[in-house]
Amino acid sequence: MSSLRLFVEAAFVENLALSFFLGMCTFLAVSRKVETAIGVGIAVLVVQAITVPVNNLIRHYLLAEGALAWAGFPEVDLGFLGLITYIGVIAAMVQILELVLDRHFPRLFSTLGVFLPLITVNCAILGGSLFMVERNYTFSASVVYGLGSGFGWAFAIATLAAIREKLDYSDVPAGLRGLGINFVIVGLMSLAFLAFSGLRLG
Amino acid sequence: MSANPRPQHAEQGYLARAATARAPHVRQREDLAGVLRHVLVALAPCLLVGLYNTGYQANLALAQLGLGTTTGWRGSLLNTFGVGFDAGSTLDCVLLGAAYFVPLFAVSALTGAACERAFALLRDRRPSPGLAVTVTLFSLSLPPTLPVWQAALGIAFGVVVGREVFGGTGKNFLNPALVGLVFVYFAYPLAFKGAGVWTAVDGFTGATALGAAALGGMGAVEATGVTWLESFLGLVPGSFGETSTLACLVGGAYLVLRRIASWRILVGATLGLVGTLFLLQLAQGPAPSATQVPWFWHLTLGSFAFGVTFMATDPVSAAQTNAGRWIYGFLIGFLVIVIRLQSPVHPEGVMLAILLGNVFAPLIDYAVVRRDIRRRKRRHG
Repeated sequence: MSSLRLFVEAAFVENLALSFFLGMCTFLAVSRKVETAIGVGIAVLVVQAITVPVNNLIRHYLLAEGALAWAGFPEVDLGFLGLITYIGVIAAMVQILELVLDRHFPRLFSTLGVFLPLITVNCAILGGSLFMVERNYTFSASVVYGLGSGFGWAFAIATLAAIREKLDYSDVPAGLRGLGINFVIVGLMSLAFLAFSGLRLG
Repeated sequence: MSANPRPQHAEQGYLARAATARAPHVRQREDLAGVLRHVLVALAPCLLVGLYNTGYQANLALAQLGLGTTTGWRGSLLNTFGVGFDAGSTLDCVLLGAAYFVPLFAVSALTGAACERAFALLRDRRPSPGLAVTVTLFSLSLPPTLPVWQAALGIAFGVVVGREVFGGTGKNFLNPALVGLVFVYFAYPLAFKGAGVWTAVDGFTGATALGAAALGGMGAVEATGVTWLESFLGLVPGSFGETSTLACLVGGAYLVLRRIASWRILVGATLGLVGTLFLLQLAQGPAPSATQVPWFWHLTLGSFAFGVTFMATDPVSAAQTNAGRWIYGFLIGFLVIVIRLQSPVHPEGVMLAILLGNVFAPLIDYAVVRRDIRRRKRRHG
């Protein structure tokens, strides 16, 4: 029950895109078509679901204060290496994902284009790992959190893309076309997502 | 394609103004403005009950406080014309209700029209129809004690950000009245919360049945003295238009018969509410909470009937496929119960649930269309 709660909280109540506004560059740029948006959403979900638990293990067994006790260094604290290590793990994951997509899903690979390597610097991914550190998640909680927050982000970008496809027929004032109206749409979506604020589950 | 000369029976109003030469021929005499007029007709029962009930609740509260008249300019105005404050007199109640509703409505209408006009002038387009429906829906959903400037702010946000930036009626993806309403709700939460805001008398706290249910379950609802029939007819404190489930049913039936509102959304939302409530009741056991309030109460409480009938069915922002409408309706009913019962900061979830429904509607439609394409490929592929 509590992992279901954590999942729903990570996906909806604390949606990375719509309540923390993380990962905005990809969110706004690759949301023109639902198909592509689902593709990049799944890519983020996969990267998130792997990097958060991996970073959790690294933190618990290498970086945190006293984590190196098993190697005979109980008073070493490598916490200052956290940020660069997490980014390194994310970059490695994205590289592997890129190889897999290029080999097995060439069409998705070409539509994602430059945004695939950019997932490396997607703030939603690093944000997920940093939230994991800040909230001191256990390993199992970090697995659920990685899945939940990745799913929430993927769901949000698919929703945005569907709205943008519907708005193909809209008649936006010239000055607002493109990125401007996207910001308005995302703002309205996050206004609606405020409905989840204060949700008390279970 | 050139239009043929107008056939004679067009004069009787059964054909479109221009006859097309080649197929497809659309035989529909109703245009957008006509559809919107029907929505206004459907809202009339809610408006009438709302005017009466707002005054009725205020007069009951005045009698309870031992006051002979309401205060401020409304008191002086009504006293000048010799209007009494007797809860038993229909005319007294309607006039007092109007004294509260008309300023909010007029300010909303003027502000909305000004925004609309400004966009039309600057963009060199005709002002889009539909403002009357937006303003009526918006002002009927407001609590009677809301300051008029907050109403003006809300409708301005709703009309501009909810609709005009997308190009006018039919080109938006959220219901503009809802956008304005939710904006005011989050900007000034105190204006929508607590026992003091739903009755149009200063300093009177009359708990709504919904608020009581959240605190103490069915026992607390009975303690407010409200019967189910009163809640169904709308003789309870609340926003102007939301209280009467009966008036919403009448308006909803008219819209469904006119084929403007989708019955699938209405049925879906009702099923979603009842089904989710049953599941939560099974999960939580018989502790006194709002969950234990039976389903036929939940259907009449708060703004469920009003919101679902008039806002969820807005053909622009709702799902557009038939299967999608079922899912969309069900999702709204589900979210209403989840927000109402599981979220202590939001006493009422209907408006928020419908806005979320609007946000998800395009994705639901996308999924339905993809499913149909796949199915057809398999059949004919």
